[in-house]
Amino acid sequence: MKAYFTELFTGAWSLIVGLTVTLKALFSPVVTVQYPRQKIDVTPNYRGHIDLIKDPETGTHRCITCGMCMRDCPSDCIYLEGEKQEGVKGKVLTLYTLDYTKCSHCGACVEVCPTQALDYCDDYEVAGFAREDFHYDLLKRVEERE
Amino acid sequence: MNVDVIEDERQHQFVLNMGPQHPSTHGVLRVLLKMEGEYVLDPQPVLGYVHRCHEKIGEYKPARAFMPNTARMDYLGALIYNQGYAMLLERAAGIEVPRRAEYIRVITSELNRIQSHLLWYGAYLLDLGAFTPIMYAFDDREHILDTLEDICGSRLTYCYCRVGGVCKDIDDKFIERTRAFIERLRGRLPMYEKLVNGNIIVQKRMKSVGNYTPELCARYGVTGPLLRAAGVEYDLRKAEPYSVYSEFDFEVPTEQQGDAWAAFNVRYREIEQSLRIVEQALDKLPEGEVMEAKVPKKLRLPQGDYNCSVEAPRGELSYYLVSDGSDIPYRIKVRTPSYSNLSVVPEVCKGMMIADVVTSMGALDLVIPEIDR
Ligand code: SF4
Ligand code: SF4
Repeated sequence: MKAYFTELFTGAWSLIVGLTVTLKALFSPVVTVQYPRQKIDVTPNYRGHIDLIKDPETGTHRCITCGMCMRDCPSDCIYLEGEKQEGVKGKVLTLYTLDYTKCSHCGACVEVCPTQALDYCDDYEVAGFAREDFHYDLLKRVEERE
Repeated sequence: MNVDVIEDERQHQFVLNMGPQHPSTHGVLRVLLKMEGEYVLDPQPVLGYVHRCHEKIGEYKPARAFMPNTARMDYLGALIYNQGYAMLLERAAGIEVPRRAEYIRVITSELNRIQSHLLWYGAYLLDLGAFTPIMYAFDDREHILDTLEDICGSRLTYCYCRVGGVCKDIDDKFIERTRAFIERLRGRLPMYEKLVNGNIIVQKRMKSVGNYTPELCARYGVTGPLLRAAGVEYDLRKAEPYSVYSEFDFEVPTEQQGDAWAAFNVRYREIEQSLRIVEQALDKLPEGEVMEAKVPKKLRLPQGDYNCSVEAPRGELSYYLVSDGSDIPYRIKVRTPSYSNLSVVPEVCKGMMIADVVTSMGALDLVIPEIDR
């Protein structure tokens, strides 16, 4: 009998203690943001999909069409082509496509590139209705970027 | 007038499907429950809904290309899975890892473990009908995710470890944020205790649910917090110190009762121990490189069998690799803790009330993609 009431009392008390915690939280600052009206800055180290970097000096990408990224990608998402052009040493990149549906952000391509031509972008709002929406033409992207 | 009612035993029995999308199974796990009224006669887990052939994929690509897959098996312990796999390849190829990289691996892994336990803490209580704790736990967990995102680039499925080190060094900002987080969480733990651990309803629901004995655990290969809740002080970080764990001072929390409440307390106390490890690792963090320079581009593993085990948040994770001498593994086998932990369900949950099955399965802290791989 005594144990019953002791338990009743300690139990009720534990609930009150718990409620004071939530009551305190009610008056503490809000920790959430109202996405999509409010957004949090993305860290510069965020790994989005890969992109060719625009070299500020030459105004174009730095890829030398060596194909190392294509060979090292564990998921075969990269496909690129290059051709010989008059008066240019080495090959010139003519096509660079990324199949983002298969990319696992492993970073193998970025790390293997001898000219540091690749980097992760910080787009995180990528959603689409078809799988083709995620087949990116990185060469076009780098040319279109200001 | 007397009517003879033929009482057929089987009339009262029925089969209830829990899952594949039941909220308390945290993923696509289906449990077939043979019921008699409120009581469960025979619970049978049905697996295979998220099988993605990870082990098979491992046999088709160069060994180091399997690294991103390890993170997808257990999305809550991704860094620890990364670390285990990197250690396996290093062991196989005989590569030394710089000390700074080992420390960074320990720091990030332990943060990962805290994050996993916090998510479990919130989600488990949510299963039991308490909505508030998950909000508080997520608030704290978010700090870890932000800190790790700043270094690893992703929030859950990290691919941070490399054969011979880690891909990016930690900076002062990371150290500062981690220290601030340790302070913060230490300050918040008493709040959790007040809110949840002392709560009479939580205790009543968890106490004496499940009966894990050391003998049962040994029979099914149960490891991790569940085994420690049964009173066995077995933690790979202590029992077989890998990486630099032998240099830190921490305890292995154990409980004796072997029920859901004991498992709950073990996990909860592990958070504090992980904080201790992170703090010591930050204090002792050596200078130097984070990546061994002499790692061959094409990683050929000498012929033979290799094994490496680490302590994941849910128990013992073990990689087993058979190499035929080429750079593509002949076979990769992953021993994941949740698979063995789940296999006790038919025995432990037999005869329970259905609400207790939820309590009991929540205490297992299942991650389904890790069971199915
Ligand atoms: S990040 Fe990895 S998976 Fe993605 S494109 Fe680069 S190499 Fe391929
Ligand atoms: S590794 Fe770099 S330079 Fe070589 S093809 Fe890929 S992007 Fe171009």
